[in-house]
Amino acid sequence: MAYITKSPWIIHYDASSCNGCDIEVLACLTPLYDIERFGIINTGNPKHADVFLVTGGVNEQNKPVIKNIYRQMPKPNVVVAIGACALSGGVFRECYNITGGVDKLIPVDVYVPGCSAKPEAIIDGVVKALGILEQKREAMKKEAGN
Amino acid sequence: MNFMQILGENPLIGVALFVILSPLVGAIIFGLDRIITARMQGRVGPPVLQPLYDIFKLFEKEKMVIHESQNFWIFGYLVFIIITGALFFGGSDILLVIFALTLAHVALILGAFSSGSPYAHIGAERELIQLMAVEPMIIIAAVGFYEVTNSFNTLDIISFGTPLILTLPGIFIGFVYILTVKLRKSPFDISTSHHAHQELVRGLNTEFAGSTLGMVELAHLYETVILLGFIFLFFGLAAPIIGLIVVALIYLIEIFVDNATSRVKWSLMFKSCWIVTAVLGVVNLMALYFI
Repeated sequence: MAYITKSPWIIHYDASSCNGCDIEVLACLTPLYDIERFGIINTGNPKHADVFLVTGGVNEQNKPVIKNIYRQMPKPNVVVAIGACALSGGVFRECYNITGGVDKLIPVDVYVPGCSAKPEAIIDGVVKALGILEQKREAMKKEAGN
Repeated sequence: MNFMQILGENPLIGVALFVILSPLVGAIIFGLDRIITARMQGRVGPPVLQPLYDIFKLFEKEKMVIHESQNFWIFGYLVFIIITGALFFGGSDILLVIFALTLAHVALILGAFSSGSPYAHIGAERELIQLMAVEPMIIIAAVGFYEVTNSFNTLDIISFGTPLILTLPGIFIGFVYILTVKLRKSPFDISTSHHAHQELVRGLNTEFAGSTLGMVELAHLYETVILLGFIFLFFGLAAPIIGLIVVALIYLIEIFVDNATSRVKWSLMFKSCWIVTAVLGVVNLMALYFI
């Protein structure tokens, strides 16, 4: 049984963005969208999280932070990049301090485009990520069996 | 009283019922808690069995341990909570129940201390303060039960002729007051919060992940059933239906208070718990000598 898709806990991190996508992530938790219906809880602790939402482009200062959060999440886990900046660096792509999208640093499973991404798109992205989470869990189980 | 006679002769039945049923009962209580909380906030809320899904999920995750001794302490926490409940529902000595519960919490605190994380350390220290704040009231409740029923056995207490709340109203109110601390609900959720997932990272639970956190959550389900059973003792079999209604009402009030208040500082929690204990608990005990 795949209980992991019934209770995905998320952690969100805002890299260097305008904060727009970050606010849209939090909008998903409000009474209008209420993602707790699907058992989703917003945690502040990477050790309890299953889904890592990153908004904003990666810069030199938050590289170690993103890597650290990713490493602290127990497997199986998925990474969702949200918004144009997290996908590719967006309008800040050419800036001297911007490395680019999140996938330059950690493996990204789902890309949610938009500037800023709409809450509906974010929920859709997380639901897509749950499918991948389930595949990863099965792969992990097979590996443990062998 | 037939049912109670069977239970009294075979305490293992009560123990077995507790061990098997309380995760389900606890999960339904927590599930309803989360739905009612969501409705109070204008949301729909998760399914009723969501707490069970959460625990099953945590056991599916990778084992991620900071320090090997964590596994030992947290497993000890779960085992001692189950022993506490087994003693309680097996009709054993209530002082033993209280000290087994304390021992379980000591194991949890040592588990949190065994990691190097400053967040877990702050959470563990605050859990110690919580224990210190609630213990006197729980012991006074046990002494109150003894003064009225002349027995420390839970079986004798629960089958006492008149509802204990009639002679122990102060102790009852005091116990309900410290129940907020025990259930980890606002305004007294200072070591780790039941609902808010982002306070001091996660306080006591910061360094527990995967199945370790699953065991902590499972133990919390057992503990809630024990605590609500403790409230039921004030009514016992003399007024069982009123007892169940009052237990449900108290839990509803706890949910309301949880949603309506913000967290207080540890010193206010500590002082108010001891003042309530000193005023309501001790005065009630003293009054028993004059009745």
